[in-house]
Amino acid sequence: MRFMLLFSRQGKLRLQKWYVPLSDPQKKKISREVIQMVLARKPKMCSFLEWRDLKIVYKRYASLYFCCAVEDQENELITLEIIHRYVELLDKYFGSVCELDIIFNFEKAYYILDEFILGGEAQETSKKIVLKAIEQADMLQEVGPIYFMKAFSARWAI
Amino acid sequence: MPAVSKGDGMRGLAVFISDIRNCKSKEAEIKRINKELANIRSKFKGDKALDGYSKKKYVCKLLFIFLLGHDIDFGHMEAVNLLSSNKYTEKQIGYLFISVLVNSNSELIRLINNAIKNDLSSRNPTFMCLALHCIANVGSREMAEAFAGEIPRILVAGDTMDSVKQSAALCLLRLYKTSPDLVLMGEWTSRVVHLLNDQHMGVVTAAISLITCLSQKNPDEFKTCVSLAVSRLSRIVSSASTDLQDYTYYFVPAPWLSCKLLRLLQCYPPPEDGAVKGRLVECLETILNKAQEPPKSKKVQHSNAKNAILFEAIALIIHYDSEPNLLVRACNQLGQFLQHRETNLRYLALESMCTLASSEFSHEAVKTHIETVINALKTERDVSVRQRAADLLYAMCDRSNAKQIVAEMLSYLETADYSIREEMVLKVAILAEKYAVDYSWYVDTILNLIRIAGDYVSEEVWYRVIQIVINRDDVQGYAAKTVFEALQAPACHENMVKVGGYILGEFGNLIAGDPRSSPLVQFNLLHSKFHLCSVPTRALLLSAYIKFINLFPETKSTIQEVLRCDSQIRNSDVELQQRAVEYLKLSSIASTDVLATVLEEMPPFPERESSILAKLKKKKGPGAVSAGELEEGKREGGEVNGWEVNQQKSEPSQENASSLTTSPSPTPTAMHLSLTSFFFPSSLSQSTPSPSADLLGLRSAAPVSAAPVSAGSLLVDVFSEAGPAASTAGVNDDGFLRFVCKNNGVLFENQLLQIGIKSEYRQNLGRMYLFYGNKTSVQFVSFSTTLKPVDPLVEGGAQVQQVINIECLSDFSDAPLLNIKFRYGGALQNLSLKLPVTINKFFQPTEMSSHDFFQRWKQLSQPQQEAQKIFKANHPMDTEVLKAKLLGLGTALLDNVDPNPENFVCAGVIQTKAQQIGCLLRLEPNAQAQMYRLTLRSSKDTVAKRLCELLSEQF
Repeated sequence: MRFMLLFSRQGKLRLQKWYVPLSDPQKKKISREVIQMVLARKPKMCSFLEWRDLKIVYKRYASLYFCCAVEDQENELITLEIIHRYVELLDKYFGSVCELDIIFNFEKAYYILDEFILGGEAQETSKKIVLKAIEQADMLQEVGPIYFMKAFSARWAI
Repeated sequence: MPAVSKGDGMRGLAVFISDIRNCKSKEAEIKRINKELANIRSKFKGDKALDGYSKKKYVCKLLFIFLLGHDIDFGHMEAVNLLSSNKYTEKQIGYLFISVLVNSNSELIRLINNAIKNDLSSRNPTFMCLALHCIANVGSREMAEAFAGEIPRILVAGDTMDSVKQSAALCLLRLYKTSPDLVLMGEWTSRVVHLLNDQHMGVVTAAISLITCLSQKNPDEFKTCVSLAVSRLSRIVSSASTDLQDYTYYFVPAPWLSCKLLRLLQCYPPPEDGAVKGRLVECLETILNKAQEPPKSKKVQHSNAKNAILFEAIALIIHYDSEPNLLVRACNQLGQFLQHRETNLRYLALESMCTLASSEFSHEAVKTHIETVINALKTERDVSVRQRAADLLYAMCDRSNAKQIVAEMLSYLETADYSIREEMVLKVAILAEKYAVDYSWYVDTILNLIRIAGDYVSEEVWYRVIQIVINRDDVQGYAAKTVFEALQAPACHENMVKVGGYILGEFGNLIAGDPRSSPLVQFNLLHSKFHLCSVPTRALLLSAYIKFINLFPETKSTIQEVLRCDSQIRNSDVELQQRAVEYLKLSSIASTDVLATVLEEMPPFPERESSILAKLKKKKGPGAVSAGELEEGKREGGEVNGWEVNQQKSEPSQENASSLTTSPSPTPTAMHLSLTSFFFPSSLSQSTPSPSADLLGLRSAAPVSAAPVSAGSLLVDVFSEAGPAASTAGVNDDGFLRFVCKNNGVLFENQLLQIGIKSEYRQNLGRMYLFYGNKTSVQFVSFSTTLKPVDPLVEGGAQVQQVINIECLSDFSDAPLLNIKFRYGGALQNLSLKLPVTINKFFQPTEMSSHDFFQRWKQLSQPQQEAQKIFKANHPMDTEVLKAKLLGLGTALLDNVDPNPENFVCAGVIQTKAQQIGCLLRLEPNAQAQMYRLTLRSSKDTVAKRLCELLSEQF
């Protein structure tokens, strides 16, 4: 996988993970281009797009688009399920995850992704093991007051 | 598991994020961010040492701001400090910041690497994983240098925790991708391969990505992985859906690992060991069978995971291309997907079938689905699916169904999406040519293409139809008739006019017997389009007119009248004016014989592969063209490239040659040039260069000795074809260096031979005229150059010329080598020269203000971006001469930029096909010491270095 983007229906980038070295302007340009392209797609259309020499695999969950760019030979369906597994992980961790969880706890979204995918390849596909790793890490943290806001945004169904 | 139990509660961060979200406008957001940045900056700069928590909070805020898309230029040091914190969360934020905001400051990198080293040796698996994640996320060369030796050890050590092994494997993969030279598996190879046997499925999943990548690069060293992969796959495939516990995904056992195993096997040919192969075939059969079983769940995840494995298995079956049964079965199963309600499956089935179509075993099976695919092309609502359908139709096309498929594609073109029209046009053109049984069908098809989608018909396509018509006399009459009819349409596309002009100019006589298409009718028809056309087309039409004068003497006066009118003979376009003048003159002074010779029918083109294929491949990238076609060998661009009125043989007329007994005096040279531009009309230089042109090599032209040498129409890839680039001693440099700052002059001269050069450059393209003058009174025999074929006989006192077109694909240092051989009085003469093509020829001057100049100068401040040389003056330090040389270099000479008026600064952009390379130059003369200091800065280090070398010899 070359990169993964999470963005809202309004085109706001919520998470970006790059597995190839690119400059910041390049990243911005690519994000803009990909977001625009994916947002222009209608429902019911297929989840795969050719883009430059890569394939874009995307899926929408409630208000959020999850989008991966993979090499040409990569398996599209399994990439789609990579996305789904990541959503499941977020969902399990946050408990019915919604876009706001990812906004306010963006660092957690990155940690979970790192446990699941590293350097663009699946590291651990077992949901239990990934969550256990994250929880263990959480145990190491001092427990502090919780400021957490959830509102308006619809929760997505898994 | 409620989320609220998690956070480590950075209240300030949460408040800040809500503030940002509540901002009503972009301005408000920026204001809020600036306020925060100022606050953080003051905290970081403050006297009071910050505690870990505050540091973490501020670093996290900076990260958030950066991820919103704002620039962050501080905080790196605080983040690095967090790395060595004992508190996990602080360390974690530190690493996250470092991974996202990679910084190339070397001092910071040293500190980061130190912290990573500490964590890697901490034996705390959580810390080790964090450090490994950071290396994998950054993946820089510096990190590879620091850790590539250490990580393989961690990966294979017996006491490493599973989670650490997983991170280490993928970390190593990332480093291998960045710096393969630094990751040496050597002694670890076998232990890494054996990770495929690891009990922990997670370890296998991670390790297999690494092994696959390494196998692609060094298949032999890793080939033991094949049998291990087969047995692992076999165990997974035969396990019940619950056996693998948490690695079962929606009732599918280990789908990710299965796909990866199948991918790994695609790096190798079918296993040689019969038992292994048998087991693998069994696996593949099981996968195909399972895909047919009723679903265990209605969830799309179940079917996706199952089908992901199916598609990967089919990819392996296609890769082996040796099991007819499996291939046909695969094809049948994909056939079921063609009408599946899931768009994704229809898309993938079309895509996968495309490759099946190229296998001889399954080609026929694929063809049975033609109706479904045609239907998909017509009815799919998603353009990307339609595109796949078009690809598949193209792939399944053969002689038996070509007419049907081409017809369907043509009718689809009328409504096709703009985004895929050009590609469709190319495909239709290729199929029509490849499967043409009778060429009248081919001509009809291409003319239809122009009619339906003229805007998308590229030069390659219409060049090709002309080549084919010229080479096949059985179709010429039909082509003339058809094109004549097509031109009757009130509105016809300019490409149609081009083809029409060309074909009628050559073969109009074949239909002239019919009074409805008498010569004058033909001419009037063509001329009625003239005023609507662009300059290159008009130029082509003018050539058609002069050809008409030769074909039909009765049109002479009418055409001369047209040429003589002010709009032609005084046309503001130089090319048109020149043609009008020359053609008019030619038609009035040349005798019928001379006219007939000059305007003779075009000789056949050398038989070549179509350049259209190359273009399609280029458009689509590898994989788009079926494997069979790729193997057909070298593709060459077939070019018509405008229209030569006649093929110029290597030597101009005798009369001309005899006046050239000594070095070319100005007059005959000018004559040559005017002749040249006459022969090589502007469409070559004005139209966009054909993207496939550089594919046209010398080798293709050389063996066809009977084929006429079309002097200007072949683009010669001098860099790859004309022998090794000059770098050796024994090659004469003197002439070469004289050409760095100028384009015309004498490259070489001895008692026998003089070589003159004229060249012109535009963007990344250039054209060079080489004049070889025989200075003796004896003929040279077996005369040849490595550039392209020439007439082997050069009479005493005669001059031959060659024209080559040059395209700069990417930056280069070595000049192409020109080798000349001939016999003079029995002695073989052999000459090696550097062709004076230097990187600066592709400069576009860039004017800029002093401020801009110094800003850019500062941006190019990395040491490797600069090249500097101090050298002694070889020539008198005359300001005007210096200026002329610097202008000759191709850059813009910038006034009032350097505070010291004695100094010169220049700026330019080198245009290569691959990229544009900005260059800045500063030349500081020291009159007293008779020295210069030359400094070059460029976005590409090799370019700065090369320019510096070249220029230091010039002053």
